[in-house]
Amino acid sequence: MTTSLADLPDGARARLISVGGERAWRRRLLELGFVPGTELRVVRRVPVGNVLEVELRFSRMTLRIDEAAALQVQSPDADAATSAARSAGAGSPSAEPDA
Amino acid sequence: MTRPVLAIAGNPNCGKTTLFNALTGANAKVGNYPGITVERREASMQFGDGDGREAQLLDIPGTYSLSARTAEEQVAITAIAGLHPYEEPDAVIVVVDATQLARNLYLVLQVLELRLKVVVALNMSDVLTKHGLKLDAAELSRRLGVPVVPISASRGQGIAALKRALAQVLDAPDDQVSSAVAPLPNGEVAAAIERVAPEVPSGWSRGDEQRRRSLACWALLSLDQGDELWHVPEALRAAVLQSRAASDFDFDQAVVSARYAWIDAAMPALLAEPPGVLRRSTDAVDKLLIHPVAGFTLFVLVMAFVFQALFSWSGPAIDAVGGFFDALGAATADVLPPGLITDFLTDGVIAGVGAVLVFLPQILLLFLFISIMEDSGYMARVAFLMDRIMKAIGLTGRAFVPMLSGFACAIPAIMATRTMERRRDRMLTMMVVPIMTCSARLPVYTLIIAALYPGPDEPGGSFLPGLSLQAAIMVGMYLFSTVLALAAAAVLGRTLLRGRAAPLLLELPPYRMPMPRSVGRMVWERARLFVTEAGTVILVCTIVLWALLTFPQDAELSRDFDAEQTAVQARAEADPSLDQDWLAEQRHQLGLARDSELLRASWGGQLGQAIEPVIAPLGFDWKIGIGLIGAFAAREVFVSTMGVVYGMGDEADEQSLPLREHIQAEVWPDGRRVYTPLVGLSLMVFFALAAQCMSTLAVVKRETQSWRWPLFLFSYMTALAWIASFAVYQGGVALGLG
Repeated sequence: MTTSLADLPDGARARLISVGGERAWRRRLLELGFVPGTELRVVRRVPVGNVLEVELRFSRMTLRIDEAAALQVQSPDADAATSAARSAGAGSPSAEPDA
Repeated sequence: MTRPVLAIAGNPNCGKTTLFNALTGANAKVGNYPGITVERREASMQFGDGDGREAQLLDIPGTYSLSARTAEEQVAITAIAGLHPYEEPDAVIVVVDATQLARNLYLVLQVLELRLKVVVALNMSDVLTKHGLKLDAAELSRRLGVPVVPISASRGQGIAALKRALAQVLDAPDDQVSSAVAPLPNGEVAAAIERVAPEVPSGWSRGDEQRRRSLACWALLSLDQGDELWHVPEALRAAVLQSRAASDFDFDQAVVSARYAWIDAAMPALLAEPPGVLRRSTDAVDKLLIHPVAGFTLFVLVMAFVFQALFSWSGPAIDAVGGFFDALGAATADVLPPGLITDFLTDGVIAGVGAVLVFLPQILLLFLFISIMEDSGYMARVAFLMDRIMKAIGLTGRAFVPMLSGFACAIPAIMATRTMERRRDRMLTMMVVPIMTCSARLPVYTLIIAALYPGPDEPGGSFLPGLSLQAAIMVGMYLFSTVLALAAAAVLGRTLLRGRAAPLLLELPPYRMPMPRSVGRMVWERARLFVTEAGTVILVCTIVLWALLTFPQDAELSRDFDAEQTAVQARAEADPSLDQDWLAEQRHQLGLARDSELLRASWGGQLGQAIEPVIAPLGFDWKIGIGLIGAFAAREVFVSTMGVVYGMGDEADEQSLPLREHIQAEVWPDGRRVYTPLVGLSLMVFFALAAQCMSTLAVVKRETQSWRWPLFLFSYMTALAWIASFAVYQGGVALGLG
């Protein structure tokens, strides 16, 4: 089941399915490691600033909650959840490298 | 042998600036990249094995990636790859934050794709070690095909090894570059790159086919209908747009994903255990600092502290600078014979240098706070906390500190807009900060309020129980300026400076102890830039204003002051009951009356009379007009200029009773009082909004690298001031308040 990043509760882990939004911003998101397949975790949201902090690939980025709606995520299955808990947000992208 | 040119690149917050400082020592040359407001720092450094070889090191602005949409972002690719108009560096140092390895490697891969000589400086690997983690630098070096040197920029460790590695890389044959680039996906991407690559100019590719393809890939990811990039050949742009239009394939995602696939595949071999725990101490601090209640309270306290420091604690230093230049002027006047040259030196040059240096205490203080907040990581949290509020008026959270600083002085506040990434946000903030009630407006408000409105003990002097009318007016002026600045931001942000709503993407860096050396360096560089660049403009303006208010010297005066001086002298000698004090007082009075007449006859005085028709609808006479012209030097100069206009001397200040009384007694030729409470309000509104501060305009010119923005700022604020004062005065007259 997919849902938007904005709807994830604090502390939840999920796998990134797709990234939307305006091109330059989307490209920057991708380049910061938000590529589909990456596992991420919502660290916290700060209502006073309307922002959301996300952890992925051992680093943290902050997005506005309404803009995080452009990111679709999927709850990881049981196996993935265990491995994600161990590796704290390490990513495994979906795109296949050219052999 | 010519000195090699090195470039140093890295992600924001990776320690690049610290390493730059460690490599170069003091004395970086700070300027701008041509045509844009991206700071360019350059310095010479030694490399090799202590054998004194020198290189020129260029600091590339911190960036996560080389792809670009704006001219500002484009600086990274053009300076690293040496595209027009930049020289190609002989080697690139890429600084990598070992604690954020995956994300930092993305930039390394992009630089390697350009077929440059590269040394990776692996910063903060000591932090990993401290947490019991080991990063295999040798393995990273093997995979990247370039030297990887573990360093600690903040402790100065590994610098010697880095310098040796640089010598090795520079001494290697020119074609010895790494080919360990991330494999780009086949199919659509490869086909598009082949279509675009022939249009990459040979000046860019330098005969290297792989580099040509890399730059084609860069173009494919960076160019589109809405980009703001410079010096991109039309054929290249056309080829990219055509390729993008021909297919709805997601090039951006495919290329970025391929690079991350390479990184993710390498990571397990580089780090046995991922560093998920490194944030624990930062998390604990953040729990407090961005807590909705505790964090916000603390934030308000920090901002109150900064504001108080700028507003009050800088006072003694400002007074000391002012006092020093007053004393220097007085001493010069004592030593030199009275005359035009002495006047030029004291009132033009010395006063002008004083007018520049008087801003230094606040600039030093504000940048001390800003660099501590930046270096410690707190500034990112400020942006975070203020984002919702600032977004409502079309700005980002980072605009908050400059806006707040504007209450103390617009000069340091405008310089502080540099902490914002986007040009549009910087411009917008610069255009509204000068509306905030700066401390230079206070002497003017104080004089007018004290002279024209009843004090707390007088009838009508109470606004509300416990709040005097005078205090209420002062508070009202602050509210007025704040509301107008926010409204101006909202309007300009939707019209002239309309930008796409910038989505927020912010890194919260871990907290670090700010290093005195880097804080000191930033403060010093800011102060030096202000004095050398804005300072010269301010000095010239002061001298021009002095000339306006001094010439012509041979104006026809209504009285023969020389004869009167002689007469007073003769009278004192003839009448023994008149002592030296009497004589001195008489001569002083004659001197003041003469200065006052000369000022009225000066070019500035004539200008004041010429603009009377323009300012009369606001309730101002030509004498106030002279004051407004004088206030262009700095708003508080209005008070001393009015002192001279009214023949009280330029020692008059806002507290002086004679000046207040004179203001109350001033009448129009038809006998009406010039200064009614309504005129006072109109005058304060004018001062609140008019861009009467040449130093502000000089700093905006320096920060925007053009005269267009300061001219726009001056025009729109002055127009706004006129309209608002007109509305206040004419509205008041219509209501019978005149």
